[in-house]
This record gives sequence, C-alpha cells and structure tokens, in this order.
Amino acid sequence: MPSNLIDSLYIFMLAGFVGFLVIRRVSPLLHTPLMSLTNALDAIAVVGAIVLAGEHKSTFATVLGTIAVVAATCNIVGGFIITDRMLKMFKTSRPTK
Amino acid sequence: MTQQALILYTIEFVYLVASVLFIFSLHWMSSPATARRGVFAGEIGMLLAICGTLLHKDIVEWKYIVAALVLGSIIGVPLGKVQMTAVPQRTALSHAFGALCVTLVGTAEFYLQSPNISPFMMVVLSMEVILGSLTFTGSLMAAGKLQEILPQRPITYKGQNLVNLTFLAISVGIAGYLVANPAATHLFPLMVFIPLIFGVLMIIPIGGADMPTVISLLNSYAGLSAAAMGFVLNNKLLIIAGALDGSSGFILSVIMSKAMNRSFSNVLFGAFGQVQATAAAAGEQKTARSATAEEAAGILSAANKVVIVPGYGMAVAQAQHKVREMYDALTKKGVEVKFAIHPVAGRMPGHMNVLLAEADVPYDRLIEMDEINGDFPQTDVALIIGANDVTNPAARTDASSPIFGMPILDVDKARTVMVIKRGMSPGFAGIDNPLYYDDKTLMLFGDAKAFVNNIVRELSGGGH
Repeated sequence: MPSNLIDSLYIFMLAGFVGFLVIRRVSPLLHTPLMSLTNALDAIAVVGAIVLAGEHKSTFATVLGTIAVVAATCNIVGGFIITDRMLKMFKTSRPTK
Repeated sequence: MTQQALILYTIEFVYLVASVLFIFSLHWMSSPATARRGVFAGEIGMLLAICGTLLHKDIVEWKYIVAALVLGSIIGVPLGKVQMTAVPQRTALSHAFGALCVTLVGTAEFYLQSPNISPFMMVVLSMEVILGSLTFTGSLMAAGKLQEILPQRPITYKGQNLVNLTFLAISVGIAGYLVANPAATHLFPLMVFIPLIFGVLMIIPIGGADMPTVISLLNSYAGLSAAAMGFVLNNKLLIIAGALDGSSGFILSVIMSKAMNRSFSNVLFGAFGQVQATAAAAGEQKTARSATAEEAAGILSAANKVVIVPGYGMAVAQAQHKVREMYDALTKKGVEVKFAIHPVAGRMPGHMNVLLAEADVPYDRLIEMDEINGDFPQTDVALIIGANDVTNPAARTDASSPIFGMPILDVDKARTVMVIKRGMSPGFAGIDNPLYYDDKTLMLFGDAKAFVNNIVRELSGGGH
C-alpha cells in the first residue's frame, strides 16, 4: 500500500472525527441549512473535475469532466445562495446587542 | 522547474487554507447568531480552492472549464432561489448532482489509469463509483417523491430486501474482480450501472414520513463518495470536505432514526417504510368532539400558555404565514406561545424551523422535543397543526402499536388539546391516534390554512 494512501486514511479518520465533534454542536434549529451548507462544501469535488476537463488526456475524460464541473458548480452556487437565504430568516424576539 | 514547484506549493497551501475555512464554516453553524459568518467562510474557502486549482500545470484547455463553470452557475442560481417549501426536494436534487460529479470523475479516472491501478486504489475507486451512482439515482427518486412526481406511497413486495441486497452484492463482486484484474475495462460499466438500479430500488419502499432519515443517509453517502474521490486523486482537501459531509449526514441520520425509533441497522440497510397498517379499525365506534373556529379562538385567548405543534400538514397547506399571524394575535393578548418541534416533523431535518423562520416566527420560540416535553403539564392549550404520529400517545402506552417506543411530544398532558385536521383519517403509517378520542381533545376539521385564518379573524375581530 503506497504511503500517500496511508496518509490519506489518517486524514480521513481525523477529519471525520473533527466533523463529528463540530456537527454534534449544531443546533437542531439549523439542521436544514446545515445540510445545504455541507452539500455546497462537498461540491469541492469540482477541483478534481476542473483538472479532468482541462488536462485534455482523452475526449471521453474531457466530456465527463466538463459535465462534472457543471453539476458541482450548480451545487456550489445554489447551495451557498439557499443556505444564506435560510439563515437570513432566523431572527430572535430578544433585542440583539 | 522551480516555478512549477512554486505553483504546486501554492496550490497545496491554498487547499490547506480552504480546509481550515471549511471546518470553521461548520463550527460557526452551531448557533444562528454566527451561522451566516459560516456561510461566508465556506464561500471564501471555495473561491480560493477553485482559483488555486486553475493554476494546475496539467490544465491546457480552458474553454470547457469556463463554459462549464458559467453553465453551472446559470443553473445553480434558480436552484438557490426555490421556495422554502421546496427545500427538501432541492436538497435531494443537490445530493444527486454531487453524486453525479463524483461518479463521472471516478469513471474517467478509471479509463485513464487502467490497467495501472494498484489494488488499494481500485478499492477506493470502486467505493467512489458504487456509492456515487447509487446516491445519484436514489436522490433523484427521493426528489421525485418529494416533488410528488412519483407516488409518495411506499411500494413493498415480498423478498424486497433480498433482491436489493443481491444487486448490491453483485456490484461489490464486480468491484472485487476489478481489484484483482484492473485491466477488465469491459466490466466497469456494469459496476456503474447496477448500483444505479440499486439506488432506485432502495427508495421504492420508502414513504414520505421516512424522508428525513433517507435524505440524511443520502447526504452521508454523497460525502463518503466524495471522500473516496479524494483518495483516488490524492487530494487532501476533498478527503476533508467529504469526511465532514459524511459525518454530518451520518449524525443527522442517527438523530432521525432515533426520533423514528428505528434501529441503526434498519437505517443502514435502507429497510425503512416497513411499518404496515397492522391494526385495522378495532370495531368499537369511538367518538371525537369537534369545535368551530370561534370556540377555538375563545379557548386560545383565555389561555396563559399555548404550545403549537406543527407538522408536515402545515407545510402542505402553506399555513406557516397564517400561523405566524395567529402567534402575533395571541402574543398581543398576553398569551405565551411556543412551538414544539419534533425532530422528524416535516420532510427533512429542521424542515419546520425553516418554514416558521420564513414566516418571521422568532427562533427562540421554536423549542426542541426534549426541552418542551416538561412544559406540557403546565400548558393550557396544545394546538396541533398537521402533525399526527409524533403526538400519538400510543407510542408511550400501547406495546402493540407499530410506533411503540418512538419518542413523541407529550401533548396529551396539556389541559386542552386542539387538533386541526382535514378529517378523521389516520396518519401516514395507518395508525389510529387515541388522542383524538380523549375527553380533553377538540377536533378542528378543515384545511389548516383556512382554519387558522378563521381563528385569526375571530381573535382580532371579536373584541367583545
């Protein structure tokens, strides 16, 4: 097993652990925006798709990469917009500051 | 050469900064006061990562990238501006898009690298493609059910789990063969295609009330497949983002399955929606008392403490704005009004909170189940709007009930219970609700929006 894959496993384990600790503290009030936000962040897969679409190794790979960039960009743009729209609506009845 | 090395370091550094911003982004989601900062951090991280990636030395062709980014943004903007009631299906659709991206990249990588793929690499590549394609069709099915293009009713048949598991086993078997023989490129399309069918079959037996669990689970799968893609591309940022998304979806599915009283293995194997309408009407005719909007308004304005329990029916009737008007009218009369939010009320985690926040109900009035349950004995009126199973006392008392053991809102402990409902038909699971025949329960028959509107008119008009 190549060493960079072992490194990756460590990173995955640690990031999963950080995710667990951070997400557990999210208020149930915000579970819907949480899901749309993680969805937008997950669309970081676009970076892999961009390289694929741009490196021009085969027509097949370029076509798949280009469609993948479109799909991921939809999620990035749509995900951030809707998350922010939702969060803007949450107001408290107590005067803030 | 040194310039190339510099670019490489720059990209890695930018990815590192983006990872930090992503973690902070989720950290700030912990409270509504800091949550918008979290979105901003996520946006900056994303922008940095994309700009950094564009420096990549292997990129020789720009026109497709630019065209795809522009097209994606054009489609993405309307997807970000959908109505709040359409958020569950939009979320399911975005899981499908995310999974599509991952599956396509995985497929392309396989054909570019085959047959020089190490066994471990082939394992993660298979995970990426299998999880990606089943999440793609599964999420499309979920979105179709939520948009009511597809029937919401669960479709079950004998041996369903066996059929589903067979499909999954075949795709895992193909993956195993490809690990040993990565040159067998002709088998790869099957490894994409069979999970696509599995994704459809997985969602067929699922009914509307199970959607919160399913959406969370698909969220988790989408995250895990993105993390697997990170392994394939040796991209740490992608592994981190995928792991964060995967654990987020996982935690939400655990919370949802607990709130539905389903075991976790039940969730993992996708065998939800299996609750059958076992107990048919038990013969004896029970009577329920009903009341008019005028009477309901009288009781509400005489109360000190009112707890409103919203459910999916409120979302269907689009009654949230009228409910807010009722909240305002009662608050003006000095009545203390709170909202009791069951974790699985609605069609996705947190669905009710978003709808009520959209209608300008302050979020400090939206109280979680565990916190509000202690308040019901001191509550004068519990008003249920479009919720059913989450208020059914049989879950506490009747061991033969299919929902026995499910945590519920203890509305039956309030002094008076009022239920706005279209008719006496049982809820999604076909379970009778003994609450409706309780002596202190008043049934308010009618459409939620129209009925609440009548109550509001009585509250504001009837100044006598």
